[in-house]
Amino acid sequence: MSKNSPALQDEARRTSATTKELAHYMKPAVAIQREFVRFTRLNRALHACTVASFMTLALTGMTLKFSYTSWAVLLSHILGGFQTAGYLHRFAAVVMFSAFVAHLVDLTKLKKRKYATWKAMLLGPNSMIPMKPDLDEFLATMKWFLHLGPKPEYGRWTYWEKFDYFAVFWGIFIIGSTGLTLWFPVFFTRFLPGAFINVATIIHSDEALLATGFIFTVHFFNTHLRPEKFPMDTTIFTGRMELAELKRDKRKEYDALVASGELEQHLAEPQPEIVVRTIRFFAWVALSIGFSIVVWIVYAMLFAYR
Amino acid sequence: MALMKSDDPQRRTCSPPTAQGAFRGCSALLPKGLMVAAVLAMGLTLPLSRARAGGASDSTELCLSCHGGKSMTTKRGTRTVPLYVDNKKFAGSVHGSLGCTACHADLEGADLPHGKPKRVDCGNCHGTEAAEHAKSLHGKALARGDNLAPRCVDCHGNHDIAHVHDTNSAVAPLKVPFVCGRCHQEGTPVMTQRKIDQHNILENYTESIHGEGLLKKGLIVAANCASCHTAHSILPHTDPNSSINRRNIAATCTKCHALIEVVHRKVIRGELWEKKEHVLPACIDCHQPHKVRNVYYEQGMADADCMRCHANQALKSADGRTMFVQVQEVASRRHTKVACSQCHSEVNVSKLRPCETIKNPVDCSKCHEAEGQQYQRSTHGQLFAKHEPNAPVCKECHGTHVILSKVDPASRTFPTNVPALCGTCHREGQRAAVRYTGQQHEIISHYRESIHGKGLLQSGLTVTATCTNCHTAHGELPTKDADSTVNPKNLPKTCGQCHHGIEEQFEQSVHSVAVTRTDKPLPVCSDCHSAHSIRRADEDGFKLEIMDKCGRCHVEIAKSYFDTYHGKVSRLGYTNTAKCYDCHGAHDIQKVTDPRSHLSRANVVETCKKCHSDATRRFAGYLTHATHHDPKKYPFLFWAFWGMTSLLVGTFVVSGVHTLLWLPRAFEMRRQLRAEEAELEAKARAGAEEKQP
Repeated sequence: MSKNSPALQDEARRTSATTKELAHYMKPAVAIQREFVRFTRLNRALHACTVASFMTLALTGMTLKFSYTSWAVLLSHILGGFQTAGYLHRFAAVVMFSAFVAHLVDLTKLKKRKYATWKAMLLGPNSMIPMKPDLDEFLATMKWFLHLGPKPEYGRWTYWEKFDYFAVFWGIFIIGSTGLTLWFPVFFTRFLPGAFINVATIIHSDEALLATGFIFTVHFFNTHLRPEKFPMDTTIFTGRMELAELKRDKRKEYDALVASGELEQHLAEPQPEIVVRTIRFFAWVALSIGFSIVVWIVYAMLFAYR
Repeated sequence: MALMKSDDPQRRTCSPPTAQGAFRGCSALLPKGLMVAAVLAMGLTLPLSRARAGGASDSTELCLSCHGGKSMTTKRGTRTVPLYVDNKKFAGSVHGSLGCTACHADLEGADLPHGKPKRVDCGNCHGTEAAEHAKSLHGKALARGDNLAPRCVDCHGNHDIAHVHDTNSAVAPLKVPFVCGRCHQEGTPVMTQRKIDQHNILENYTESIHGEGLLKKGLIVAANCASCHTAHSILPHTDPNSSINRRNIAATCTKCHALIEVVHRKVIRGELWEKKEHVLPACIDCHQPHKVRNVYYEQGMADADCMRCHANQALKSADGRTMFVQVQEVASRRHTKVACSQCHSEVNVSKLRPCETIKNPVDCSKCHEAEGQQYQRSTHGQLFAKHEPNAPVCKECHGTHVILSKVDPASRTFPTNVPALCGTCHREGQRAAVRYTGQQHEIISHYRESIHGKGLLQSGLTVTATCTNCHTAHGELPTKDADSTVNPKNLPKTCGQCHHGIEEQFEQSVHSVAVTRTDKPLPVCSDCHSAHSIRRADEDGFKLEIMDKCGRCHVEIAKSYFDTYHGKVSRLGYTNTAKCYDCHGAHDIQKVTDPRSHLSRANVVETCKKCHSDATRRFAGYLTHATHHDPKKYPFLFWAFWGMTSLLVGTFVVSGVHTLLWLPRAFEMRRQLRAEEAELEAKARAGAEEKQP
């Protein structure tokens, strides 16, 4: 509600309070548009944990990968030395593993709560698993990109969101397994040849490069930096998105909710201003770190590689 | 016999051929000993001279009837000794007027042929000389039974002894050096088997002013051996009765240098020279025996002579330098017992100002010969020889009058003072540093920060290496000079002077020239440890730089090291990770195929265990120098890398294209959204305004 709204100005004249104070007190009285709840509290918490641990893993890991750049040396010292960086790296890895496991546990709970069977959950319209409609949407999107068709309508999860989602599974498996090998080399060489540690190093390092590169460019663009959402889309952190946006971007889901009459259940008050501001600050930090890492990677790969 | 006839027909009558023939004939029949005795007896009783025979002795003629024959010989042990006596020479000798039996008294009236005669005792006539000889070194040695000790005959000869003034005499002045030199020259049994303090006696004498006078100029009055040592009373210089004893040497020299006082006037003034030999120098203090030419100083000067002028504080040279000499200062130092003119030679005491004849600066190498030779070979000396005004000479390091021993902490050459001393020229910007074109810079400041510099200057350890320990004190040479102590060839030995254990390890290692034969330069100490900025090997800086040091030669292997975890951590500037020497060893590096190597099959697990305490053999299979660029050597790594890279590139290409295609559409949507928003707002405002009135 704007400070300059005529209603507030009237009220101010009557009560001799400042419009600002009034704006604060009268907020609940003024009808505020409710928003669609896209993510649960746990989803948001896990994503925040993943962001934090991923940033930590990327920063500490890249210092080692690009140790030949002066950036890496500086950063390594800021992080408290390679050993501290190593502890941070492994701690963050544990956090990420935990978040991953928590998510899997959450999925089983979700199944219990909302779906009768795994099949219903995994093959239903709100499933994360890529299916035939996703291929159709992908092809329709391509046509739309090339001005060969209209903008397609998407469901709860678009194909690129599904891709991002499973990229994490892939990453956790590949980077996680090789990371454990590097963490416990003596144990793993009990049944693997010593040279496997070298192979694990290459895979761990290159897959990490892929993950950071992908997340800090493609994922950032898809979900934060798309011009229509610039500077960022905070849905994953607030859990809320405007109804209009749902209607525009997730038309199929919106339609389904309207049809089933469940839309009202999914609406909630927006996050308080302070929460949104905090979230924006956090997201800015993450974005900045991410972009810095991208710049650093590009610099390291193109100009300092040896 | 025929030769004899033609030689001396007169002899024929004295020595009947039949008799000789008979003796020779007998030799076949008689026992050997008897024959020898017969021959000897015959020969020695034969008359030796006809010319002087007169009333001398008929015995001479009788003796020569046998001994006048050149073919007369006898056996002594395995040697054949001639028994021939040259009558002509005997007749011309100082003893020519005497008969044979005057000396060979034991053969007087003996039956012929006589047996082996007794040794001739010259002392029967020459009692004084024999007595002197008996007391001399030679005589005492003889009495001890020393088979090398000389008898009269060894110097004087036997039958041909001429008067000493006769130039033919074996002991004529011109011959004396060679007579003595028969035993007293290098390589003889006397010089090698007996304790003789002087060396190269004959050579030195020949080169000396005495030897030159005698042997080159033929001045028979020039001193020969016997002039100083006497002819028969030769005694060691430690014997108070010796002619060359300090107490007596002046008297000995003044036998010839009778008017030496005129020249050595200061010494003579007060007649102290001969009376108080311990106060004033003996001749030999300045004029070394046997090499009299190499004098310490030509003309003796006493310090007081110099101090007559130089004690004056106001004394200045023509160019304004003070010429004042504080005598106590000099006297209390290293050269306490050295007189002014021993260093400031070229003085001429016949001048009113004796020093006006000095043309050259002090030459320390007159006494410090070895140091002088090293200096001449050194860069410093070579520059000096080229008349470089910057070239340092002795005094710039050692000082002039106040020269202290290098063990005196106040000395400029005391270890802790050496860096500052060398630094006067070798500090950056100073005269040696500006001339220098090599790669070592900030030498002194680097040294001060080095482990050696800290040990010496901060910890005060005087045994720590300072400039001169590596570069030597007098023979400094540039690194590229093969004789330089810091030449790569010699460096391990130079460092090994202190770091002996390390040198031993190094000499066994693959880097030693003794082990590896290669055209490529092998590293030496300084290649890893540097020259002047040597650090403790447990300092971070050293630990981090060592990879680059090894990498200078082992380019590929160092590169691949930096591809591994160990290398990357090192790159970040941390030391507690494996570095080259942690695995390969530092000074005892061997090929990994060598069983002694830390990385040999038997040792590698232990080596890994230094850090990875629970390492196993399979764990040791980790490729510490792996590279993913070599498909032949490391196919797994190569394909893992390219597999991952393809995945990465593929993903980015697909998603990149996707994003780029999306971008224009996204901008389009943004414009559309903004337009919608603006429209909505306009509507809302319009609605609000409608309500308001």
